Amino acid sequence: MFRKPKRKLYSLIFVLPTFAAFIIGFIYPFISGVYLSFCKFKTTSDAKFVGLDNYVKAFHDEGFLRSFWFTALFVVVSVILINLIAFFVAYALTLGIRGSNIFRTVFFMPNLIGGIILGYIWQLIFNGILQNYGTNLALDARFGFWGLIILMCWQQAGYMMIIYIAGFQSVPADLYEAARIDGADKKQVLTNVTIPMMMPSITICSFLTLTNSFKLFDQNLALTGGAPGVVSDSGSMIYQTQMMALNIYNTFYANQNSRGVGQSKAVIFFVIVVVIALAQLYLTRKKEVQQ
Amino acid sequence: MAEANVAKVAPERVKPKKEKPPVKKQTLGMKILTVLFSVLSVFYIAPVFIVLMNSFKTNAGISSAPFQFPNSETFYGVKSYITGMFFGNFPFWKTIVCSLFITVGGVFLILICTSMCAWYLSRSNSIICKIIYYLCIFSMVVPFQMVMFTLSKTADTLHLTTPWGILIIYLGFGAGLAVFMFTGFVKSIPIEIEEAADVDGAGPLRTFFGIVLPIMKPTFISVGILETMWIWNDYLLPYLILDKAKYKTIPIHIQYLNGSYGHSDTSAIMALIVLSIIPIVIFYFACQKYIIEGVVAGAVKG
Repeated sequence: MFRKPKRKLYSLIFVLPTFAAFIIGFIYPFISGVYLSFCKFKTTSDAKFVGLDNYVKAFHDEGFLRSFWFTALFVVVSVILINLIAFFVAYALTLGIRGSNIFRTVFFMPNLIGGIILGYIWQLIFNGILQNYGTNLALDARFGFWGLIILMCWQQAGYMMIIYIAGFQSVPADLYEAARIDGADKKQVLTNVTIPMMMPSITICSFLTLTNSFKLFDQNLALTGGAPGVVSDSGSMIYQTQMMALNIYNTFYANQNSRGVGQSKAVIFFVIVVVIALAQLYLTRKKEVQQ
Repeated sequence: MAEANVAKVAPERVKPKKEKPPVKKQTLGMKILTVLFSVLSVFYIAPVFIVLMNSFKTNAGISSAPFQFPNSETFYGVKSYITGMFFGNFPFWKTIVCSLFITVGGVFLILICTSMCAWYLSRSNSIICKIIYYLCIFSMVVPFQMVMFTLSKTADTLHLTTPWGILIIYLGFGAGLAVFMFTGFVKSIPIEIEEAADVDGAGPLRTFFGIVLPIMKPTFISVGILETMWIWNDYLLPYLILDKAKYKTIPIHIQYLNGSYGHSDTSAIMALIVLSIIPIVIFYFACQKYIIEGVVAGAVKG
């Protein structure tokens, strides 16, 4: 395709614009980010190498640990709930019930609204309900947690439903025919034909929900902003509904002196996301069947 | 063809498939499901509807009874929309223009540049191309917080803090998914087509724009939809990069107003939320089919 004499020229025309932007927008910030996590700095120019100091501080930061456990719990609950809801809604919508298309349209809609706006919409609603009981979202971490779960289910279930519907529709009809001839009842068909054939979709959806929930920022910022804050025994303020992304953001921008720690938290966050994503991908890929 | 055969062999199958006509005989269970989903749909639309309702109410009306229809006492009419337009000393129409420009420009740039890049990467077997490709995949997993600070500093240094400059950042940061999806598609195009064009004397540029680009149309739509949804709703990246005294996107503006004016004028904020949802709803109903296809394509390849 690309002949020798002009090969260099064409590689410049085709690849260079994207690659240059990729270096500015990703590669350089990533590498200097890793480097800065070992430094003490306020801006990028005054970085002083301090070794693993930032990491030690990050692991001793109560707020960060609290945000880790909060995020972990949130991820587990939301991944399970979103996928269950999406799976069964998709199953029901492929049965051919009346109005399937309208339902599909409606359930997908929240995905198009941005996280910040969604957060405020739900803040209005939750506070409207809670004020009847003389309380509000910012007063109890449980409200914030379940509020985020409801928000995420409302937003993400429609997206995953679309993927599951495509999965259901791609299961070959002759498999159902064969199962029926062999005398399988409805439940057996579901567990022995549909679910194994749906494993690719389940992989994708659990991967997407997992990473989306883990990296959640906008909704968290808009809905609770981390409130309520509680002063811990050691005197530092611990935000009860702060997720990891928001914690890292606040470490950077609420206090200029902790930027090195913020960057090391970001590296830890990145490593966790990568490890979880790889492990999850590996585990579910193993269960997939060849079509 | 294949579907027709299946239908002949198995006239009554256990599960309805997509080729079944929608007017299937409704059993009792299915009727119950229809009712159930109708109720659920109402709950799904309710949040947006409540915001719409509240945007016509006075502040006192919103805080005392957020779930009631506006009555003669709490009705505020479109006044909240008028105050909303210049709320927070920043005209709202400017944020819409800014958001639109960044989204359209960013998506356009991403589509053109990454499709060219992806085609070259998958048709050339050099080791550098492979490395670039795997770097792109890698970038899809990295959370934004990892590069947040250094990226905003880089953008400052290079003076990319304008709506024009941020397009380059979007191209760089959004390249991963786009290159990945385009390469996946290019691999399924038979190379013979391009070889034929080459024999006929078309250079790589002509081959790409005349032949490969039209074939890639479905992927263009998928990538375009996914990137549009991302850029339009993105908050943190433009917040950290744009020069906020001059330029604001809709999410930045709404977040800013809530932080500093939120408790003083809720109805104006409700009005702005409604105004910012309207373009998305129009976009959704205009290209719903493509959006849903785009999401499926993006997921299957991602």
